[in-house]
Formats: sequence, structure tokens, C-alpha cells
Amino acid sequence: MSTQRPMVELRNIRKSYGTLEVLKGIDLSVERGRIVSIIGPSGSGKSTLLRSVNMLEEVSAGEIWLDGTQVNQPLSGRAFERHINGIRQAMGMVFQQFNLFPHLTVHQNIMIGPMRLKGLSKDAARQRADELLAKVGLTGKGGSYPNRLSGGQKQRVAIARALAMQPKVMLFDEATSALDPELVDEVNLVMKQLAGEHMTMLIVTHEMRFAAEVSDHVLFMDGGVVVEQGTPDRVLANPTEDRTRAFLRKHLSN
Amino acid sequence: MMLDFSQVPGYGGLILTGLLWTILITCLAGAVSILLGVLAAVATLYGPRLVSLLLREVAFLFMATPLLLQLYLLYYGLSQVGILLPAFWTGVIGLGIHYAAYNADILGAALKAVDPGQAEAARSLGFARGATLLHFVIPQAMLSSLPQMGNNSIMLLKDTAVLSVLGIAELVLNAQRAISETYRPFEFYLVAAALYYIVNLAMELALKVASRRAEVVR
Repeated sequence: MSTQRPMVELRNIRKSYGTLEVLKGIDLSVERGRIVSIIGPSGSGKSTLLRSVNMLEEVSAGEIWLDGTQVNQPLSGRAFERHINGIRQAMGMVFQQFNLFPHLTVHQNIMIGPMRLKGLSKDAARQRADELLAKVGLTGKGGSYPNRLSGGQKQRVAIARALAMQPKVMLFDEATSALDPELVDEVNLVMKQLAGEHMTMLIVTHEMRFAAEVSDHVLFMDGGVVVEQGTPDRVLANPTEDRTRAFLRKHLSN
Repeated sequence: MMLDFSQVPGYGGLILTGLLWTILITCLAGAVSILLGVLAAVATLYGPRLVSLLLREVAFLFMATPLLLQLYLLYYGLSQVGILLPAFWTGVIGLGIHYAAYNADILGAALKAVDPGQAEAARSLGFARGATLLHFVIPQAMLSSLPQMGNNSIMLLKDTAVLSVLGIAELVLNAQRAISETYRPFEFYLVAAALYYIVNLAMELALKVASRRAEVVR
């Protein structure tokens, strides 16, 4: 066992909507620089779990830790707000529906966080934005508004926007699910590139091939529990649980 | 009857002065109506429950009673208790509040219609609740409600005519002054109408351009 503390750690996470329990005690530990994919049928709770990590979803019980700091601290009101905003700055999130700010240009989308939250000067933020745009293959698109971009381009801007905050962890919530098939690769490529740079990543996906390629660890969830987990080789190629097999069979056939 | 506009040029200065006051009041009251409208909509939607209920009721009061009556209350009513507002500011504030109620209504709906994903994206970057509203949600709601708020501003322009009853020398009152000296109501009211029409056209045009621009960024 490594003595280094994990970058992200979830301990016995539970989440209920009324009487419906959607997360039934999840444990997960993500070491620095590791890539963990979470797979499972829709309604399995995988997105809810991911959104719990930066507390877009409030959990009912359990502990969330980021790099040695507890995320869901029992603070009240203003103190919690300050605490969580700091935590969120250290966690980039990429959404299925991109959620770019439509009233801002690509440049402004990327620059607004660093400028307003980290006090970066306009020039410095601009330079960082341009570097990130180059990295995601969108040099020269800074002046465009989001609705002038394709889905794949939007998602790459969204990744650049998250990276501009220089996060410790990136959370991907079905980043390619809303894309036309021919646009999926360009986003996957950027994610692979990040993986190559040892960014710690938590990825909710239903692309088994991609999960197999980039992940160090795969979590198969169903009905709010982790059914099976391990290396992609173990979980995706040689699953031991019936539910995992059934899910993979269905997913690989279509 | 023959229309005879020969006396109009002699009163050109008076009429144009009236027009300028009308435009000035429209700008000021318009600004008040948008500012107060935004504040009221945000407080109604995100404020404490009591504030929300109260504001909704107040807004309804302003929409359910005549503007003229509200102006009388502000001007004569308040003077009775020793608060003497100048007629000009009574007009600006009265019109501003009246249309703020309508703008708040429109903006409230627009705020609710902003994709929740927008606030989530801002929050996930680390923006606080207030900053999320200020930088992301409110601007988008304002852009999407631009056409309706623009229409309200055009209504507001026309309603500045009501301020003539407070003795504010806007377009209608100055037309009346010219008429009282020339006995040419048809001519001067027609000139006034034409001027409202022209300003209106300009506002419609500006609104159309702005709306088209807003469309690009939605």
C-alpha cells in the first residue's frame, strides 16, 4: 500500500432522494495521477457519485476528501460557501451538455474563472487561454461565441475552461455522450493527452473501449453500489460478476 | 377644415425642448425600471420567502392600478405628509417603478428559464452563489428578455405623456402651450404624434439590432 494520501477519497458515500437511496455506501480511492472510470447502466448512480465529489450533489452520509482536505465539512452558511468554492476551484468539471457560457466568447469563457477567482491579470489569463486553446486544438477560436462551434469544439473549450483553473483533479460526466459519433474522437484525444500528462481524472462514461484504453482502474456500478472494480483488464475483459457481464454484453453488441 | 402648419415653425423651439425632455425622462425612467426590475426579480426569486411574497404583492399593486393614480399619490399624496418631490423626479421615479414591476415580471420568468447547467458550470469553477447570478445567470436572462423589456421601454416612452398633468414640460404639455396660443390643436397634436412615432421607430430599430446581436450569443 502506498503511504501517499490519495488525491480523491470517498468513504461510505450515501445519497437518498426521499426514500429512494441512489448511492448505497460507496468507497473509492484515487491516487495522484491515476485515471478512474466509472461505468454502469443509466440510473446506476454513477453521475450522482461524480457530482458528489465536488458537491454539486449533496450526499446524505459519508466523507469526501480531496488531497487531504475534507470536502463535505460540517460548516454552516457562509463558512461552507467559502470552503466549497475553494475546493471547487481545485476540481475541474466537464459536463455532458458542455454548459459553456453562451453570452461570453471562447476566450472569456476560459478567462473569467482565473481572472475573477484567482486574480489573474487580463494579459496573463489571455495567455493561459491561448495556450489551452492550442492544447485542445482550437487556436484562433478565442473570439467565437459558443453557438458558432460544433459539439466537439464546445466540449474541448469546456475542457480548456476547466483546466484554466489549474485543478488537481478533472471530473468528466459523460463528456462525449451528447456528441455526434464523428465528434467523439477529438474530445477523447484531448482526454488521452491529459491522461498522458498524469492529470488525476474521474471519468463517467459509457464508452467501454475508451475506458479500457485510458483507465488505471474501472468501477462498475449498478443500483447504487459498486458491483465490481479493478484494472480494466480485470473488469472489462474478465468480469466475474453476472451483472457486469450482462452489462458489457449489451454494451459491446451495440 | 384646412390644416395649417404655418404656425408650427414659430414654436419649433418649444416643441423640440418638449421632445428632449420626453427623451431624457424616458432614458432616466427606463434605467430606473430596468435596475429596479432586476433587483426585484432577483430578490423575489432568491430572497427570503417573506421578501419574495411581499415583493410579488407590491409588484402586482403597481401593475393593477393606473399609472396616473400612482403619480398623484407620489406627488400630491406625499406632499400632504411633508415630502415634496420635484415634479420631474416624481415622474422619473413613478414611471420607473411602474415599469419596474413589469420588467421584474418578465425577468423573473427569464431567470427561471436560464439552463440550470449554467449555474452548475459556474459553481463548479468555484464561483459563489451571488457571483454566479451576477456574471452568468442575470446577463443571460437579460439577453433573453431583451425583446419584451424593449417593448416595455417603448410603452414607457408613450406614457411619459401622462407626466404633462404634473406640469412637466414634456412634449404633450409644450404642444398644449403652443395650442393655447395659436388655437391649432390638430396641427400641434399631429406634430407631437409624429415625433413620438419617429422616436418609437428609432427605438424599434435599435431593439431589433440589439435583439439580433443577442440571438448570436444565446
